[in-house]
Amino acid sequence: MNRPSSQPANATRVAPPLEGPRVYPARPSDVYLFGTCVLDVFFPSAGMDAIRLLEREGIRVHFPQAQSCCGQPAYTSGYTEEARAVARAQLALFAGEWPLVVPSGSCAGMFRHHYRELFRDEPETLALVEALAERTFELAEFLFEVCKVRLEDGGAPVKVALHTSCSARREMGTHLHGRALLAQLSGVERVDHDHESECCGFGGSFSVRMPDISGAMVRDKAAALKGSGAAEVVSADCCCLLNINGCLEKQGDALRGEHLASFLLRRTSAAARGGAK
Amino acid sequence: MSDVAHAPAQPIAFKRNAREALADPQLRRNFRGAMDFLMDKRRSQFPDGDELERLRAFGNRVRARALSRLPELLERLDARLSRNGVKVHWAETVDEANAVVHRIVEQHAAKKVIKGKSMVSEEMEMNHYLGDRGVDCLESDMGEFIVQLRAEKPAHIIMPAIHLNAGQVAQLFHDKLEVDYTEDVDRLIQIGRETLRRNFFEADIGVSGVNFAIAETGTLLLVENEGNGRMSTTVPPVHIAVTGIEKVVENLRDVIPLLSLLTRSATGQAITTYVNMISGPRKADELDGPQEVHLVLLDNGRSQAFADGELRQTLNCIRCGACMNHCPVYTRIGGHAYGTVYPGPIGKIVTPHMLGLDATRDLPTASSMCGACGEVCPVKIPIPSLLRRLREEAVRAPDAAPQHVRGQGAKYSRKETMVWKAWRTLNTSPALYRAALYAGTRLRALMPANIGPWTDHRSAPKPAARTLHELAREHLGDQ
Repeated sequence: MNRPSSQPANATRVAPPLEGPRVYPARPSDVYLFGTCVLDVFFPSAGMDAIRLLEREGIRVHFPQAQSCCGQPAYTSGYTEEARAVARAQLALFAGEWPLVVPSGSCAGMFRHHYRELFRDEPETLALVEALAERTFELAEFLFEVCKVRLEDGGAPVKVALHTSCSARREMGTHLHGRALLAQLSGVERVDHDHESECCGFGGSFSVRMPDISGAMVRDKAAALKGSGAAEVVSADCCCLLNINGCLEKQGDALRGEHLASFLLRRTSAAARGGAK
Repeated sequence: MSDVAHAPAQPIAFKRNAREALADPQLRRNFRGAMDFLMDKRRSQFPDGDELERLRAFGNRVRARALSRLPELLERLDARLSRNGVKVHWAETVDEANAVVHRIVEQHAAKKVIKGKSMVSEEMEMNHYLGDRGVDCLESDMGEFIVQLRAEKPAHIIMPAIHLNAGQVAQLFHDKLEVDYTEDVDRLIQIGRETLRRNFFEADIGVSGVNFAIAETGTLLLVENEGNGRMSTTVPPVHIAVTGIEKVVENLRDVIPLLSLLTRSATGQAITTYVNMISGPRKADELDGPQEVHLVLLDNGRSQAFADGELRQTLNCIRCGACMNHCPVYTRIGGHAYGTVYPGPIGKIVTPHMLGLDATRDLPTASSMCGACGEVCPVKIPIPSLLRRLREEAVRAPDAAPQHVRGQGAKYSRKETMVWKAWRTLNTSPALYRAALYAGTRLRALMPANIGPWTDHRSAPKPAARTLHELAREHLGDQ
């Protein structure tokens, strides 16, 4: 990411220049949705809810059926070549100008940041990667900054805890967008939980390679969420939800995290508004 | 890099250590409390986020500039220090460094060495080495003194005894120093200081670390809060400073941003109580200071990191410890579980160069890649990226060229490599991917309730009835 490919491999690296605030485009007519593999299998309704939220904003959603995984599992496990092959297959699907919306900070971060590193020695591919990175958005960020949604809450008053994934927070810089969306819901009171910015302990293969440490982290996260006084838990990342919900269920707790897209749609759908009236 | 053949090392029992640490509620409480305290202290020193980012970017460039000229700066440092009357020794390995120190000890027939705080001396296991040769090595930093009394290693690079609470120190002093039991922290510090003070005057040699070695002026800069660093470097007749080769910077101007970042990131202090600048032994017209000053420059694997542009960023480190203070893994298992001199995130990226990836095979994987370390690093070391790179080196075939890191392929497994190749095929063949997910969701009733380590702490994840691919096709058509 921080080395032009013309430099030798042993050149001293400096950190990339400081990024200013992201400049957002006008609302487009069409977007691509990258569903992510974990959502595909475990939270498909959250993907559909994301599609409906976007459609409600008058945007046509394109879901290329050839998409699979962003490549992150292999990438973080050190299998770079395998990650590159899978990334290359995804790159081919999202050509043109439409924004790529991803309902996960971690997969969005893969497209926006790590593909650059994967393809830095392929100048032609890198040009495509850079262009795609420019138009890759995490869902909450896209709804708030590009669609400029105005949500009208139709649900009953409720306290909600928001868990923001580490990649949404640190790679995508979108941790305030989820908060901003929840703040639009008049019946929702967002409550903080203990060590809110701390990782839930998922970390992909980390959760199975280091089960004791990962388990300690997710138990602490579950305890913090339970102790927050929130009746509902929301997150914009399915991997964190898989981890946190699995822990809550194992502990016999009734609390479950819900994807932000599902929560927002549920609170603002006509049925919810009708129910409230 | 060393030409000496590397014998495969026994891996550190990291997972077992971690399991034991996690089961110790006292340790968990001590670390959580201490790390929260340190994070708050740091935060209060950087109220302006933009200023912090600019300063970190500046710090990164200063370090990168120094590293880009490392060989030249080391030569200049050597020449300038020699002109100042400091004897400079170069050591490729810890054995060589210890031999240098021991030679000086023998020349002076020294019996007693007092040490200021130095992580490089921990790297060398100097206390042990000299102890075996009949030389008494006493730690004078309060935290180091405490861990030495407990026959332990430091649990943190800045706060060696951070794993202990006041009650545990009270008991230790009561048992080992035969003083009345007290949990009064001020009184405990006083007891420690009284014990140490005598030793400064009895010591034949003082040993210290170095925070920055300044090439232009031949100055060794050392920060500390207790005054023990100044005592160790001025009272005994001989002072030996030990440092890693990466600590050199060009001039005093370079030190200003780095020092400001170091103390604020480490202990949340705008400046430490003592900033020592040592440019040579006592001159003829001076009344105090050592008659002899030595500097030992230690490589110990650093030139391996230096040789690779990406891994070189490891050497940006100014040893502030902020990465461990903010690490959710370190916070839960503490410093000792790592089984290394440098624990936490920085330990995971620096130790493989010192001990080889075979000895440290579990360290790069012991991270959820949450990025908290990289976010706070004052010199912007991309720690998660370097962990990922080390994971890559650990799963590459052991004989694959080129070799970047000693112990390459320490986690290489033919079986796992095949699994990832299959994963690649699955995820690059859309029809196969959809068929697999179709099968997975239709067979979800067969999902076992226990799947390996995942279900130790969580219930098994349940696939949905239908995939997003199917739902989206129904809603949007086949795109």
